[in-house]
Amino acid sequence: MDKLLEIKDLYIEAWSEERWQTIVNGISLELNRGEVLGLIGESGAGKSTIGLAAMGYTRQGCRLTSGSIKLDGRELFGASQKYLRSIRGTRIAYVAQSAAASFNPSHRVIRQYTEAPVLKGLMSQKEAEQKAVEIYHRLFLPNPEKIGYRYPHELSGGQLQRAMVAMAMSCQPDVIVFDEPTTALDVTTQIEVLAAIKEITETMNKAALYITHDLAVVAQVAHRIMVLRYGDMVELGETREMLKNPKEQYTRDLLSVRTLREEKAETEKEKIILEVKDVEATYTGREKVLQDINVTVRRGRTVALVGESGSGKSTLAKVITGLLPAIKGTITFLGKELHPELRKRDKENLRKMQMIYQMPDTALNPRHRVRTVIGRPLKFYFGMKGQEAEDRIKELLDKIELTPEKYIDRLTTELSGGEKQRICIARALAAEPELIICDEVTSALDQLVAEGILALLQDLQNELHVSYLFITHDLATVKAISDKIVIMLEGRIVEQGGKQEILAPPHHEYTDKLLASVPEMDPDWLDSLLAERASSFI
Amino acid sequence: MKHVFRMVLKRILASVVTILTVSVIIFIGVELLPGDVAETVLGQSATPETVKAFRKELKLDLPPHVRYFTWLRNFVQGDFGNSLANGRSVAGLIGWRFANTIFLAGTAAAIAVPLAVILGILAALYRNSLFDNAISTTTLSFISFPEFFIAYILIAVFSVQFNVFPSLASISPRMGLWEKLYTILLPALTLTCIVTAHMMRQTRAAIINVLASAYIEMADLKGIRRLRIIILHALPNALSPVINVIALNLAYLVVGVVIVEVVFVYPGLGQLLVDSVSKRDLPVVQASGLIFAATYVTLNLLADVLSMLSNPRLRQTH
Amino acid sequence: MLKILRQSPLSARIGLGIVLLNILVAIFAPVIAPYGETTVVGNVWELFSRQFYFGTDHVGRDLFSRMVFGARNTIALAFVTTALSFFIGIVLGFFAATLGGWTDQILSRIIDIIMAFPTLIFALMILSVVGSSVYTLIFTIAVLDSTRVYRLSRAVAMDIEVMEFVEAARLRGEGLWWLMRHEILPNAMPPLVAEFGLRFCFVFLFIAALSFLGLGLQPPTADWGGMVRENAGAITFGIYTPLLPAGAIAFLTVGVNLIVDWFLHIASGLHD
Repeated sequence: MDKLLEIKDLYIEAWSEERWQTIVNGISLELNRGEVLGLIGESGAGKSTIGLAAMGYTRQGCRLTSGSIKLDGRELFGASQKYLRSIRGTRIAYVAQSAAASFNPSHRVIRQYTEAPVLKGLMSQKEAEQKAVEIYHRLFLPNPEKIGYRYPHELSGGQLQRAMVAMAMSCQPDVIVFDEPTTALDVTTQIEVLAAIKEITETMNKAALYITHDLAVVAQVAHRIMVLRYGDMVELGETREMLKNPKEQYTRDLLSVRTLREEKAETEKEKIILEVKDVEATYTGREKVLQDINVTVRRGRTVALVGESGSGKSTLAKVITGLLPAIKGTITFLGKELHPELRKRDKENLRKMQMIYQMPDTALNPRHRVRTVIGRPLKFYFGMKGQEAEDRIKELLDKIELTPEKYIDRLTTELSGGEKQRICIARALAAEPELIICDEVTSALDQLVAEGILALLQDLQNELHVSYLFITHDLATVKAISDKIVIMLEGRIVEQGGKQEILAPPHHEYTDKLLASVPEMDPDWLDSLLAERASSFI
Repeated sequence: MKHVFRMVLKRILASVVTILTVSVIIFIGVELLPGDVAETVLGQSATPETVKAFRKELKLDLPPHVRYFTWLRNFVQGDFGNSLANGRSVAGLIGWRFANTIFLAGTAAAIAVPLAVILGILAALYRNSLFDNAISTTTLSFISFPEFFIAYILIAVFSVQFNVFPSLASISPRMGLWEKLYTILLPALTLTCIVTAHMMRQTRAAIINVLASAYIEMADLKGIRRLRIIILHALPNALSPVINVIALNLAYLVVGVVIVEVVFVYPGLGQLLVDSVSKRDLPVVQASGLIFAATYVTLNLLADVLSMLSNPRLRQTH
Repeated sequence: MLKILRQSPLSARIGLGIVLLNILVAIFAPVIAPYGETTVVGNVWELFSRQFYFGTDHVGRDLFSRMVFGARNTIALAFVTTALSFFIGIVLGFFAATLGGWTDQILSRIIDIIMAFPTLIFALMILSVVGSSVYTLIFTIAVLDSTRVYRLSRAVAMDIEVMEFVEAARLRGEGLWWLMRHEILPNAMPPLVAEFGLRFCFVFLFIAALSFLGLGLQPPTADWGGMVRENAGAITFGIYTPLLPAGAIAFLTVGVNLIVDWFLHIASGLHD
């Protein structure tokens, strides 16, 4: 085999908390021509750092300590800047996570494509532009002859991401480093970019490092997978082999398919807690962002509100809570119609409807201690003080599985992401609500932490019979926890019904596309999906 | 382009409104003088005749809004009334002094702008180097110093110790350009020190901000030379904030000139304003204040418009 | 707190030293000064000597004593003015940010107009109309300067206001007072504290400039800006007396700036 990239015993350190700390701990890997190696891990695994190191690059505040990085037999560790510049772009290229930030807003897209090949004397400006159009075509960009002559902010996120994949190909490099290239995209857009990446790695026979936190995605493109955690290698193996029988517990955890929850059928017996009827809303006064919204939530049930970015699902949460007053329609909560405006609602209604947010970092006041965060609703709603409040706070901490003595006096900034989200849950529970609105509560968390949060929410529901309105874009989460599913697109409800009903065919056209776009842990999933779509065009 | 044009137009309109509001404030300010204006201002020399003459001079016998519009119309036509101190026409007093002030500020700007931008870019490129630290410390000190401290140090060194430049910048219209420049070198240097410090720090910050963007890292990973990255990738995006910094500091310069003029007894508008304030020569204060304000507002307007025009996102929309 | 102090860089320690020295001199002025603030004790512009550490001024008063009393007058005046400016600016800024809508629109437009006008010119014009006394001085400068504080505190409060923990408090039904006092203010403290240092420097220099122009504190009260003005004539005779009060002003502002720089460095999380 033709060994293109070889990393041996690589150690990288980062400057944090006033000292150098090891973030990559003796990693070794090999990459052969035409091969894709997936690097997978949760945040802090060191995967991006390794990807950049493969190009002889470290971010500010990081340094390579020891080891060896060989590209096609030549050492990059300690190589001159001049040499590194000569191989970057031409022999090894990079595709970043955020295309929007990685394109220079001052130059046209195609000019950023042609810059490297022309500068390095590989071809003339005209040739480079022709090549660009050719590759835009191959990567399924719309209007490939013209699209390159636009400025970056005039392209959509998915288009930019594909344009960046094209840019990486401009000098025909041997190796491409993909750093979470689809993470910022919606599932239906993700498919397009994945198809483009597949086109390059397979048809053009390029070697690639594919960095991601999503096993299902990496399974589609990688031949081999390396699992990383805290800068250490956990496991390395052939993709199919690893998916079939993972050796390490950590890999098994990442792989474990979320247990499907039995749908609790809705019966007339369950009281209707929330009824949204014919609701319309607008931000500007003209354009309606929500139209004809009808949703009901019953006691002790979970309704999942699903849609991609811009579908209006978070806006609906704002309308229900009264932050954005509806311009038409009614919201009935516990049998009484709510005033559209938050300020005009009474305390009792506010208490019974609580909210948990996507970003636990910003959902908790960084200057407050856990005691204040949970204690405030107790005092505010129930007038609890002193020992009584103290006991109740501890009881709530117990419920969310955090040791009370250890956590009660901590500042919220001293907690991890998962712990913060648990505190947010406790804050909501402190009000003893009937309904909790969960806005993307797991999407900012690492996979295993997220599973823990979902399990906790399930247990709490079984114990307290609270209802959830669960807003999410992640269909795996939906499958795991919901009783009823509401699918939204462009401010309208496309389809809604019981979980089984929605997930089983026949689907509405959009539901079908949405469901089909969610990557599965099957390495053949993407190929068969693309084949299916191609055949349906003919 | 149409979009930008509308934004610029809106900004210009806002400035006009600002200047008009300011003129109202200035006008009302004089109205609000406690007690009888005439007697307060004239003090001991207030005899019935002088008070009457004074009231007529300020046209205090007419209703306020009429007086305002007359005042404004005259002002626009260049008739600023007469000085209370010596009875000469304010326009005549102000004319050549304003030109002098612009000359001084312009000279300082001609030295300061290139110096500050080059130093700022260099400091940003060689961040945390010895050069950067030296520059930061120096500029921090200059920002902390009162203008007159720098001025007197320059005087102490260059006119008292070495006696190479004059400590009084008394220029006259008869002087040639070189003689004028020689005479105002010390005040111009004083202004340069202060403005350069501000401008350089802000330029450095703007460039560092741009250099931290993802597209700069991307260019680096495409194997592009450092110099090309800076000129082709960083500068076009840094242009907008840097132009803004320059124009804002020019506005600051026009005002900072007041104290420097007093130190060097330079016959400029600032000196005149300060003199008139202590003499309570209201027509002169009104006129010179409004001219200063208008210049300041115009330069601020220029800063905004230029940075709008140089913002790539706004410029390119088809 | 002590730990942070121990880790502070040399520049910050110098800054702290300078500021402490100035505060001590200001507090114990009557004890330290060998002569009275306004007593004539010698000839005009005497040179440094055992009797007069810094020589004498343009009417024969002891310059050292006047510098010491000047510290008291100048620093106290600047401090009171800055504090007043902060009070006005923060209250209005927080109101505008939390209430939004018309309150914010009206306040912001008024402030825009005041800020579109150069502060020094504005102050000169106001003082020319109302006359210069300690109170008009404090009030005029505080009001003009509070526009800057307003802008900052509004912007900071707006940034915090969109955070979800504030939304959570709103959804809970909390009133305006709780939002401002418990959710926004604690998080706005670091930038506001740094700004206080910067504003103090600005106000301090501004008052010095006005005094230098003869429109600040009126003689015979000792203040540094005025002392520079009174003794300015000496410099052409090669007597550097006016450089002393001018230097004292520079000395204190450098000190404050050094501390602010260090503080900003800590607050930004040790980047850069």
